[in-house]
Amino acid sequence: MANARLSRDYSVLSLAAPEVGRRTAPGQFVMVKPAGVTDPLLRRPFSVFEVLRDAAGTVTGVSILNKRAGRSTNKLYELAPGDVVSCLGPLGVPFKPVTAPTEAWMVAGGVGLAPFATLAESLAAAKTPSTLFYGARTAGELFYLEFFERLGITLVLTTEDGGRGVKGRVTGPLEAALKNAGPSGAMVYACGPEPMLEAVAKLAARYNQPCQVSVERVMGCGLGGCYSCVVPVKHGDEHANLVRSCISGPVFDGAELVWE
Amino acid sequence: MKADLSVAIGSLTLPNPLIAASGCFGYGLEYEQVVDLSMLGGVVSKGLFMKERQGHPPPRIVETPAGMINAIGLQGIGVHRFVKEKLPLLNKAGARTFVNVCGTTLDEYVEVCKVLSQAEGVAAIELNISCPNIKEGGIQFGCSLNGTYDVVNAVKKATHLPIIPKLTPNVTDVASFARAAEDAGADAVSLVNTFLAMAIDVETRRPKITNVLGGLSGPAIRPIAVRMVWECYQLVKIPIIGMGGITDARDAIEFMLAGATAVQIGTQNFVDPFVWSKVLDGLKDYMTRHNVSKISDLIGRFDPTPIHGDHDRKAQRAVP
Repeated sequence: MANARLSRDYSVLSLAAPEVGRRTAPGQFVMVKPAGVTDPLLRRPFSVFEVLRDAAGTVTGVSILNKRAGRSTNKLYELAPGDVVSCLGPLGVPFKPVTAPTEAWMVAGGVGLAPFATLAESLAAAKTPSTLFYGARTAGELFYLEFFERLGITLVLTTEDGGRGVKGRVTGPLEAALKNAGPSGAMVYACGPEPMLEAVAKLAARYNQPCQVSVERVMGCGLGGCYSCVVPVKHGDEHANLVRSCISGPVFDGAELVWE
Repeated sequence: MKADLSVAIGSLTLPNPLIAASGCFGYGLEYEQVVDLSMLGGVVSKGLFMKERQGHPPPRIVETPAGMINAIGLQGIGVHRFVKEKLPLLNKAGARTFVNVCGTTLDEYVEVCKVLSQAEGVAAIELNISCPNIKEGGIQFGCSLNGTYDVVNAVKKATHLPIIPKLTPNVTDVASFARAAEDAGADAVSLVNTFLAMAIDVETRRPKITNVLGGLSGPAIRPIAVRMVWECYQLVKIPIIGMGGITDARDAIEFMLAGATAVQIGTQNFVDPFVWSKVLDGLKDYMTRHNVSKISDLIGRFDPTPIHGDHDRKAQRAVP
């Protein structure tokens, strides 16, 4: 439908996939590739970014937040309205919601913002007090801030160059907040680079707050067929603690994962 | 005229020649939400050893031009759990289940086959003597003519189930391995497994997958696989199950014309899990257009008459 360039690396690709949109729960993903080509051959996994609606509120599709990182994401960045994209989904285990008085703290690093737009909408609808800790390299890579503000989400921003918000990593302000967590506590939701996920999961554990992380893995099929996207968990089978993040995830209890 | 898509693999009759390839379809049940398993000619399970296996650490796959390299390392639940947890559900779904059997020793192949002989609802055994990704994954049997003969001979004595050795393309002459399998009593052969391959990230100078080496699959390998099926077809009489980069009905028919009785679809499941009904429709359409009532009439019906360029342009036109 549309491919809105947010920066030289990021775009939001809107897909006319109403059925996918209607079924999506926050945290689920879709497998996407340009249709009818062998380069790229395989689909790539993307969190559903937004569920798109028309003026009457009818679901018209979904969008994905695309960051150029390789051949496939480069091609998706170059697509124009009218180009056909194959989109399989929604797939995977969604975030478990949380309700007041427990707060929801979403922690996003870079393109890890993707699953939090739909989660923020559902948290706002349930009137759960919510904060988004959002870190990026530069101020120019902090996107959709008005979207979250409009939903009444408290924003805590960090940039690595200090161009906006707190200078440094998103885990800094998160730890400060964890130290001062109220008696009702908070559910921490995290999505971003692996070192960030590990740091967030360990911080949440140190301050005794529950944590759900959305992991990203090289994924072949998204349906459990190829066994490419495995992650190590603490309580898998006796002999095999590698589970498929496409069907057992992508959202995991942060305390269940083994960090390598 | 109703199209007859059935094919025979030894004593087995399949309603159509399309089989889901091992390692590309989980245990079949993962795909139940998108495919009616009873619609397929058959489903081949992931490779199973006696015991559970963890497999290799990720990353396990990397995409390459028109293909992918994988080194999953045969992560699997072991034959006992398969029989208990998966097989009853596959039977309930109406699947014709082929079980891909692995072994680190000849005894293990025999023992796994014995377990499957006593289970309810196994259609056939695909003997994995060709996984390129683990040291003791049977490749030592699959790369030696004597080894191929011995393992097929041993499991034939241990089970009444049809035995279908899956051959590796990583040998000089795959047809001689098909012959060794036939001599040992194999009911059919399937080929090809993946081509040993590797990919390097030139920026970091590191391998793109943890295991460094992996198996190449996908459309990139199709012409080589077709050639190998043709070579085997000329040398052996037992049925051949062909595979390698099949994406649509044309590809499937190409393998059948080269001599395959049935075909397996692997990597394309990842690209498009709805591939099955499209290929089935495509087969029926081809049969109508070419006035073929039985699909088995296409097996090996490749016309190798040379094409003589300008003075024989007719030969380049499709047969009506």
